[in-house]
Amino acid sequence: MNHELNTLTANGVALDSLDRFPSRIGRVFLVDDTEIAVFRTSDNEFYAIENRNPHPKGGPLAEAIVSGRYIYDPLYDWKIDLQTGFVQEPDSGQVQTFRIEVRDDQVILFTK
Amino acid sequence: MTTPAKEKLVVIGNGMAGINTVEQILKLTDRFEITVFGSEPHPNYNRIMLSYVLEGSKTMEDIVINDWNWYKENGITLHTGTTVTKIDTASKTVLTDGGHNESYDKLLIATGSNSLMLPIPGSEREGVVGFRDIADCDQMLEAAKQYKTAAVIGGGLLGLEAAKGLVGLGMDVTVVHLMNDLMERQLDSQASAMLKAELERQGIKFAMGKSTAEMQGDHRVRKLVFTDGEELDAEFVVMAVGIRPNKQIGDASGIETNRGILVDDFMRTSAPDVYAVGECAEHRGVCYGLVAPLFEQGNVLAKHICAIDTDGYAGSITSTKLKISGVDVFSAGEFIEGPQHTVIAAKDEWKRTYKKVLLENNKIVGAVLFGDVTESASLQKYVREGTEMTDEIYGDLMGTGGHCGGGKSKTAAVEKMADDEIVCGCKGVTKKVIVDAINEKGLTTVDEIKACTGATGSCGGCKPVVEQILSYVLGDGFKKTAKTGICACTPLSRQEIVASIKEKGLRTTKEVMHVLEWHNPEGCSKCRPAVNYYLGVIYPGEHKDEKESRFVNERMNANIQKDGSYTVVPRMYGGVTTPEDLKKIADVSVKYGIKAVKVTGGQRLDLIGVQKEDLPKVWEELDMPSGYAYAKSLRTVKTCVGSQYCRFGTQDSMGVGAMLEQKFERLDFPAKFKMAVNGCPRNCAEACTKDIGIVGNDGGWEIFIGGNGGIKARLADSLCKVKTDQELTDTVAAVMQYYRETGNYLERTSEWVERIGLEDIYNKTVADAESRKALVESIEHALTFVEDPWKKVLNDKKTRSELFETAKPAVPQA
Repeated sequence: MNHELNTLTANGVALDSLDRFPSRIGRVFLVDDTEIAVFRTSDNEFYAIENRNPHPKGGPLAEAIVSGRYIYDPLYDWKIDLQTGFVQEPDSGQVQTFRIEVRDDQVILFTK
Repeated sequence: MTTPAKEKLVVIGNGMAGINTVEQILKLTDRFEITVFGSEPHPNYNRIMLSYVLEGSKTMEDIVINDWNWYKENGITLHTGTTVTKIDTASKTVLTDGGHNESYDKLLIATGSNSLMLPIPGSEREGVVGFRDIADCDQMLEAAKQYKTAAVIGGGLLGLEAAKGLVGLGMDVTVVHLMNDLMERQLDSQASAMLKAELERQGIKFAMGKSTAEMQGDHRVRKLVFTDGEELDAEFVVMAVGIRPNKQIGDASGIETNRGILVDDFMRTSAPDVYAVGECAEHRGVCYGLVAPLFEQGNVLAKHICAIDTDGYAGSITSTKLKISGVDVFSAGEFIEGPQHTVIAAKDEWKRTYKKVLLENNKIVGAVLFGDVTESASLQKYVREGTEMTDEIYGDLMGTGGHCGGGKSKTAAVEKMADDEIVCGCKGVTKKVIVDAINEKGLTTVDEIKACTGATGSCGGCKPVVEQILSYVLGDGFKKTAKTGICACTPLSRQEIVASIKEKGLRTTKEVMHVLEWHNPEGCSKCRPAVNYYLGVIYPGEHKDEKESRFVNERMNANIQKDGSYTVVPRMYGGVTTPEDLKKIADVSVKYGIKAVKVTGGQRLDLIGVQKEDLPKVWEELDMPSGYAYAKSLRTVKTCVGSQYCRFGTQDSMGVGAMLEQKFERLDFPAKFKMAVNGCPRNCAEACTKDIGIVGNDGGWEIFIGGNGGIKARLADSLCKVKTDQELTDTVAAVMQYYRETGNYLERTSEWVERIGLEDIYNKTVADAESRKALVESIEHALTFVEDPWKKVLNDKKTRSELFETAKPAVPQA
C-alpha cells in the first residue's frame, strides 16, 4: 500500500487505485477488523457497506449482482440500497454504510 | 289471449339418461309440463362417479348433477322414492306403487338397469351386494368399517372400480374373474395383462379363471367356494358381473321388449307416444351400458319430441375409460384382432404403455390404449367414422418413423375433434359448446368454462382436453392475455427479447435493456443473467461474457454456502476416478482444512467449506478440470458399470458417458443439465430422471429427454432409438443445442419439453435432417470457444486478486 498517500487523507484509508475496481463487481477489504464490501456502479459512483448480509442467516454481500445503486444479495436475493443500506420491500433490514470518495485515482474509505 | 295448454311429459326414471334428455328438451322448448318419477330417494346424481365416492375423493353431494332447486326452477314435478308399476298405453296413464295416477301426452321410459346378481347358492346371505346405486355404495362404506376381507365377483370395469374403492377403504380385496383376462370385453390380452400388473401394484389381488360354486357362512357370507374346490375368505362380496336392462315396466305394460325395451332410431317404443332411452332401451339389437350412447340417444329423442328435424340414432361406437387413478385405459370399436385385420401395435414395458390400432381394408376399426391415452379422442373419432389410415394419421398416432412413441402436439388432436363430440362425459358437454362459450363470452380459464358450461365440474377427467381446447381456440390470444415479461423489469417475453437481439443486432445486456426500454435500466438478478445467456447463445465466441451479470456461483466458479465459504467439485468424467486423483483430493482437503468431503448424487466428490481466498490455490493444486457443479451447464453424466465389467451390460456406458461429458462440458445452458448413460435396460444410472437419459440395448441406444428427479419430478420421454455411437452423439448434440436456443433461462428440460412439445423436438432434432445438421454445427461451433474456468482464473492475476482476495490496506496513524 502507498503509505505516503494514507497519511495524506485525514480519517480516511486509501483502499486501492481506481483501475483496480471493476464495474459492478464488489471487492472486499478488511479495515479495522471489519469486512467492507466496495462497489463501483456503471456510472462510476462508489459505495461501501459492511460485508455482512442483513438476513438472519448472515453471509457476505460483496458477490451481489449490482444494478444502478442497488444490489441483489448473493445468498437470498434481497434488494439493498447501497446509498442508505436499507433492504427493499418485501424484506427489511439495514446494512451499515461508509463514506467513500475518489481522490487522485485513489479510492478512499472513511470509517468514522 | 289464452296460453295454450302445455303438453304433459312424464318421465319414468330420475337417472342420468332421463334427466339429460329433459335438459336437452328444456333447451329446445318450454311447451311441456314435466313430471318425473324416481325410485331412489335422491335427485339426479352421476352414477358413473360412485367409484369416486367409494374411493373417498368425492362426497355424495359432489356427484349430484341436478339438485332439488333445479327441478323447482324448471317447474318440474319430482316424485322420489316412487316406482311406476304400470303404463296404461290406451288411456295414456301411469300408475305408481303408491296408487297415484298420472296422465301423459308423451311418456319417456328411462329406468336404466340393475346389477346382474348371479343365482349362486348362498348369495342370499347378508353381505352380498351389487354396485349400482348410492345404497350399494353406502353398504360398501359400512362394510369396510367392520370387515377385513372382501371379494369382488367380476373383473370388468365396474368390478375393478369397486375393488379399488374397497382397497382404498382398507379392505383385503380379491377380484374373482371367470375369464383369464380382465376387462376382456374392452381390452386385448396384452393390455389386460398390463392392467392386472398395475392393479396388483395398487394392492388388488386376483383369482383368475375361477367360477364361484357357493357362498358359505352363517347369517352372513364368510367365504367363497370355487368350482375347482378352492376357497377364499370373504366377509363381504360385491357382485359386479354385469347389468341387466330394467325393462320390467315394458313387460308389465304390453310394450315390446327383448333384452331391453325395443326402440327404433327415434327412440320410439311399440306404444304410441312412449319412448325409451338409456340402458333400459334396446336399439338395433344392442343394449348400452355406458354413458356416451345415452347422451347421443337423448339428443335425438329431444329433437324428435320437439318436432325438430333430426337424423335418427344410428347406434354408438362405445369406448371405455377406467376410472382408477393412475390407470389409464381406453378402447374403442373392434379390439381383438382377427385374420381380416391389419394390426399396428407398440408396447413399451419400461414406460408401461401399450397402443394398438386395428385396420380392416385400411380403415381404422378399433383401438386399445394403456398407460398413455392422449390419442383417445382422435382414435374414437377415427373408429366412429371408419377413417382411412394415412401416413399423416400414422405419424400422429405412432410417431413419425415408428421409433419415437407418444410425441405429438396435443392441440392437434383437439383440432381434429368433431364439433358434436362429447368432451365432458359427466355433463354431456360437446366440443362445440365449449368452443362457443370461449368465443362468445371471452373465457380464458378452465374455471370460467366450468362455471359457464359445467364441463370439468364433475369428475374432472376431461380437464386436460378442456385445457387443450382452450389453448387451441385462443391460440396466440391465450398467450397475450396471460402475457408477462421475463421479470418485472420488462413486459417482453424471451422470444421477443431474442428476436429483437437478432433483428437489431444488440450486443450487451446494457444495450438490450436500453433499446428495449427496460423499466429498470440495469435490470435485476433475474433478467441480467438471462439476457447475458441469450447473448452468449446468439453470438458464440463474440459475446464477451459479462461476469457482472452472472450469479455469484458462476462468477466465482464455485458454490457459495451460507457462511460465505464455497464448495469445489472437480470433474470425474462418467463418475470414474483414479487412485491418483483420489489421493490428490485427499491431500488438498487436508492442506486447506476442508470441513467435509461429500459424495454427490451425481457420482463425484464435493469439497465443502473452502475459504474464498483459498479457491484458486485449491484449483491449482487439484489440477483437475472444473466439475461445473455451480453452473447452468452440463453437470454430471451418471453411468452404470456397463459392458466393460457388468455381466448384463450390452453397451460401454462408462466409456460413452465419459466421452459425452468431455465433449459437451463447459457449455452454457438455460439451466443445469444432467445426463445418464446405461449399459442395458436395467437402467441402473436412472436415465428416466435426467435431462438426457441414454439406455443401451443390444443393437444401439434409446434416448430419453426431459426427465427430472428434483423439485418437480418428471419421467423422461423416449425421443428415439439410434444404432451407432455417432448417431447418439449427434442426437444428443442436436437436442442440447435446440434446448440452448429455445429454452427460457432457468427453464429445465422437463418444463421445456412440455412447453415446446416432444413432437416438435423430435422433428427438429431427429426427423428433419437439415435442422439436425444445423443444430449439430451450431453446437460444435460454440464448443470451440469453451475453456476451463479454473485455469482461466489462475492465468488472470487481476481477476484472481479482485474477486478472491480480501485486501488489507494499511490504516494511517491518527
